[in-house]
Amino acid sequence: MTEILSLHEVTYTYSPEEKEARKAVEGISFSVNDGEWIAIVGHNGSGKSTMAKLMNGLLFPQSGEVRVLGETLNEENLWEIRSQMGMVFQNPDNQFVGATVQDDVAFALENNGVPFKDMVVRVHESLAQVKMEKFLDSEPHHLSGGQKQRVAIAGALALKPRILILDEATSMLDPQGREEVLSTVRKLREETHLTVLSITHDLEEALLADRIFVLNNGHKYAEGTPQEIFSRGEELVALGLDLPFAMKMGNLLRANGVALNNEHMSEEELVNDVWTSNFNK
Amino acid sequence: MDIQLQQVGYAYAKDTPFEKRALFDVNLHIPSGSYQAIIGHTGSGKSTLLQHLNGLLKPSEGIVKLGDLTIEAGKKAKNLKPVRQQIGIVFQFPEHQLFDETVLKDIMFGPLNFGVPREEAERRARVLADQLGLPEEVLEKSPFDLSGGQMRRVAIAGVLAMEPSVLVLDEPTAGLDPRGRQEIMDLFHHLHMEKGLTTVLVTHSMEDAARYADRVAIMHDGRCVLSGNPIDIFGDEERLAEYRLAAPRVVRFQRKVEAQLGYPLDRLCLTEEQLALELSRTVRGERESL
Ligand SMILES: Nc1ncnc2c1ncn2[C@@H]1O[C@H](COP(=O)(O)OP(=O)(O)O)[C@@H](O)[C@H]1O
Ligand SMILES: Nc1ncnc2c1ncn2[C@@H]1O[C@H](COP(=O)(O)OP(=O)(O)O)[C@@H](O)[C@H]1O
Ligand SMILES: [Mg+2]
Ligand SMILES: [Mg+2]
Repeated sequence: MTEILSLHEVTYTYSPEEKEARKAVEGISFSVNDGEWIAIVGHNGSGKSTMAKLMNGLLFPQSGEVRVLGETLNEENLWEIRSQMGMVFQNPDNQFVGATVQDDVAFALENNGVPFKDMVVRVHESLAQVKMEKFLDSEPHHLSGGQKQRVAIAGALALKPRILILDEATSMLDPQGREEVLSTVRKLREETHLTVLSITHDLEEALLADRIFVLNNGHKYAEGTPQEIFSRGEELVALGLDLPFAMKMGNLLRANGVALNNEHMSEEELVNDVWTSNFNK
Repeated sequence: MDIQLQQVGYAYAKDTPFEKRALFDVNLHIPSGSYQAIIGHTGSGKSTLLQHLNGLLKPSEGIVKLGDLTIEAGKKAKNLKPVRQQIGIVFQFPEHQLFDETVLKDIMFGPLNFGVPREEAERRARVLADQLGLPEEVLEKSPFDLSGGQMRRVAIAGVLAMEPSVLVLDEPTAGLDPRGRQEIMDLFHHLHMEKGLTTVLVTHSMEDAARYADRVAIMHDGRCVLSGNPIDIFGDEERLAEYRLAAPRVVRFQRKVEAQLGYPLDRLCLTEEQLALELSRTVRGERESL
C-alpha cells in the first residue's frame, strides 16, 4: 500500500489576525492509500469543506503540512498537483465557466493542455458517464440543480484524475441520480485505480467506503472501517450524525420487544435475524 | 390558503429559439391546511412548478389560483405583494436567497419589507435563529462566511420570520447533517400543525414525504402524473419505478420481511416506528387477517 495523500497536524483559521478565533480545522492528521475510498462525515461546520480545500491547495494551512503524491503541497507545485485532482462541490452554480455544457467540461481539459482531438472524445465520454450527453449544447444555467451537478462531476472525471474529492457532490441529486453517479465513480475506480474522498451525510454511502473519517468541531474524532465506526452507535448520534438504516431499525425492533441476536449493518442480515430469532425457532 | 393549478403549462424563454418546455398540462389541487409532498426525478419540473406558487413564474398556459388571486396565462397579473407576504418559499439553493451584510439583517429583511416594526422583526429573528440552531455569534457575521448548512438555516429563518400561512419548501434539508435534517423537518411539521399552515414540500427523500405529508404528487417529464395519499403512492412500487422513483427505505424493508415470512403484514408502514410496532404485534401473533 502506498500513500497518496496525507495531512500532518494541519490547522486552519479563516481569521488568522484574531488570536481567539475559532479554528475551522485543528491538528488534523491522517493518511490515505492509493486506490482507497474514504468517506468523510461530520456535522455541518465541523470543517469538512475546509479540509477538502486544504487538500487541493485552495487554502494553505497556517501550520502543519499537506502531502499529495509524495510532495508537500506548496505554491510552486500547486498546479501540477491540482491537475491530478478532480474536485466537485456541493453547489454546482459556482463551478460553471463555459457557455454550454460541453464548453464547460472542455474548459478544464484545455487548461491542462489536453489536445483538441482527445478533448472532444473525453468530453463526450464523461458526459455519457453521468447520462448528460443529450445536453451538450445546453446552457449550464438553464439546467435543473441535479443536472448541473452531473455536469460538474463530468468535468472532474474528464480530467482523468488520480484523486477525486467529492464535497457533498451528490446531496442535490435524486436517489437514483445519486446511485448512478456513485456507481459510475465505483466503476471508474476499478478500471483506473482512482482514489476517492467523499464528504457525505449519506450513511448508506459511507457504509460502502474502505474507511471513514469522522470530524467533529474541527478535530478528527475517529477513523476506521465502517464496521468499527458504526459500532460506536449512540455516540455518533450525539455528534449530530445518524446510524445506517438496519441499525436504527434493529434498535427500534428491540425496543418493541422483537428478539434479535445481533447488531446488523445490512438489511439482509437483519431480515434473517428477525426470521430466525422470532418465527423460525 | 387553497391552491389550484389548472392545465398549467410553462416554457422557459418562450417564443425564442431557446424555448424549453418545462411543464405540460399540470392539474393539482392543494387544499388549505394540507401537507403536500411533490416528488420526481431531477429535471422533472418540480422547481418550475413551485415558482408558480408565488407568482415568480407566470404560467404560459392555464390558471394558477392562490387563495382569492387568479393568475391566468396571457392576462396581466394583479398586485402580487399581499400574496407573496403569505407564501414563504425556501429555494433549493439558499445562497441565492441571502444578500444582506449580516445574518441578523438578512433574517429581518422580509418582515421589515412588509412593514413589521424593527423591534418585532429583530425579536422574531433572534427566536428563529435559536430554534434553527444558529449560535448567537453567527448573527453578526456575513451570511457568506458561513458553512453551507448554516446558510440554509439562515435562509429558512428569513422565510419563517415573515410568518407566512403557506410554506413552500424546495428540498429544504439538502446538505444538512442528519440531526439538522430531522430538527428542521420536525420544526416545519410543528409549525404546520400549530399554525395550521398549508405546506408544500419538494423532496428527494421518499422517507420525509412518507413521514410528514398527507398528500403526495409525482412529477415526471413536466407532467403531474399521479397524486394521492402516501399509502397508495408508496405501496405501488411498480408504478414508482416507471417514474424512476423507489419506495421509502422502510417500505422496501417491509417487503423483504414479508418475502421471508411468506405473507404480507396487516398494513403498509410509512415510518420505522410503525413497522417496529407492526412487527412486534406480528411476532406476538396478534395479526388481524388470519
Ligand atoms: N469563507 C469562510 N469565512 C469564514 N469562516 C468560514 C468560511 N467557510 C467556513 N467557515 C467556518 O469554518 C468552520 C468550518 O466550516 P466548513 O469547513 O465549511 O464545515 P463543513 O464543510 O463541515 O460544514 C465553520 O465554523 C464555518 O462557519
Ligand atoms: N432557467 C431555465 N431556463 C431554461 N430551462 C430551464 C430553466 N430552469 C430549468 N429548466 C429546465 O426545465 C426542466 C425542469 O427543471 P426544474 O423545474 O428545475 O426540475 P426539478 O426541480 O424537478 O429538478 C429541466 O429540463 C431544466 O433543464
Ligand atoms: Mg461543507
Ligand atoms: Mg429542483
